[in-house]
Amino acid sequence: MDTYYCPHDLSKFAEMGKNRPELWAKYMEYYSAVFADGALTEREKALIALGVAHSVQCPYCIDAYTNACLEKGADLDQMTEAVHVANAIRGGSSLVHGVQMRNIAEKVGM
Amino acid sequence: MPSLLSVRHPLASPTEQLRTLARTGAPAFDAVLESRGVAPLETRAIEVLQVNVGKLCNQTCGHCHVDAGPDRRESMTHETAEQVVELLTRHPIPTLDITGGAPELSPEFRFLVEAGRRLGRRVIDRCNLTVLLLPSQDGLVPFLAEHRVDIVASLPSFRASGTDTQRGEGVFAKSVAALRRLNDAGYGTGRGLVVDLVHNPVGAFLPGTQASLERDYRRELRDRHGVVFDRLLTIANMPISRFLEFLERTANTGRYMDLLLRTFNPAAAAGVMCRTHLSVGWDGALYDCDFNQMLELPVDPGGPATLRALLERGGLSRRVRTDRHCLGCTAGAGSSCGGALE
Ligand code: SF4
Ligand code: SF4
Repeated sequence: MDTYYCPHDLSKFAEMGKNRPELWAKYMEYYSAVFADGALTEREKALIALGVAHSVQCPYCIDAYTNACLEKGADLDQMTEAVHVANAIRGGSSLVHGVQMRNIAEKVGM
Repeated sequence: MPSLLSVRHPLASPTEQLRTLARTGAPAFDAVLESRGVAPLETRAIEVLQVNVGKLCNQTCGHCHVDAGPDRRESMTHETAEQVVELLTRHPIPTLDITGGAPELSPEFRFLVEAGRRLGRRVIDRCNLTVLLLPSQDGLVPFLAEHRVDIVASLPSFRASGTDTQRGEGVFAKSVAALRRLNDAGYGTGRGLVVDLVHNPVGAFLPGTQASLERDYRRELRDRHGVVFDRLLTIANMPISRFLEFLERTANTGRYMDLLLRTFNPAAAAGVMCRTHLSVGWDGALYDCDFNQMLELPVDPGGPATLRALLERGGLSRRVRTDRHCLGCTAGAGSSCGGALE
């Protein structure tokens, strides 16, 4: 292996079911239930997943949920907006921690 | 975009299309059936007579399996249309499904609708929606409503970008305007006039879950555009004709065939539409389905090959002719002219 990330590894995800299959089965059952059509449609859930995938910067999830979003009827405008939502929250979460920085600086500064 | 035929594209040839699919290394369809324990496809009682009245169309969509367009001239004659009616008179096939091209542009369209309805059959018009706005088609919507024709209309996305990418600039706005006209005439409003929409993927992937997509379509079309419909049908893109040209141009053919093979669904295979359909070409030739028709794969040579021969000799049951494109009907939830198979 000459790289940590390999696109082919995505299709090997199910290998995580080896050794402790009961944990994998529980996870997959939960996973399928989460993504099933519910109060949100499958397309809406795929768009959330796409945003989260960018937030956690997982190339496997980005690959999987780009395809899932397209299959479930989302288009590039919607997918780009989802990535911007992730980005806004990610940036905002750094920025809002600036308040903590200010609190500390104010406490110890002269 | 012009038709493949008009630019003399090699993929205008059905033989070249089948060769291209074979080159991907995908196994023969019958071999896939056998390896998955599914019996070879035999027909059951014919429930749908699908009549393709010609290849003329006011659009040239990027995924069209017919290679239809404004330049195509193939069109059913009145004599052949009369044979269709004769077949319906002699056999109690419950549904007459009229397709094209834009079937409404055929001079025989109204004759077939009237005859089918007079015989008490369900008549389906596979409509591209925009045709309803053409000045030459004035009076078409009232005609369809008067004869209680079921409309199955293509709308690949509830968003303009997807629909326009696949079907041409401005097609989404026109389709919504046409849908509004249909709603005004009572279609899709629960008064027995049925308009179903068809979603198919805008790219080299399979459609999502039919029921979930239907909810998105229903809400988006109602809230943003004020239009309603009955059911959403999801149909996979077949790897033939213009969609195959797209796959080839974007180096996606191998990937797409792998996807169809990987997601082969034996339950869908048992329910493919050719088992209950008979497809008639504009020239009266018989096929197992509209896809085989476009690939010029006629029905099994043991039986009648044309409407005339069928009327003379009878013989509706047959073994289905298959090839690698059939994987498009059996992938994922399955796909047919009536939408997902499960
Ligand atoms: S897909 Fe339908 S509307 Fe589009 S070109 Fe083909 S026949 Fe015409
Ligand atoms: S392409 Fe036609 S013959 Fe092949 S499985 Fe589909 S409906 Fe049947």
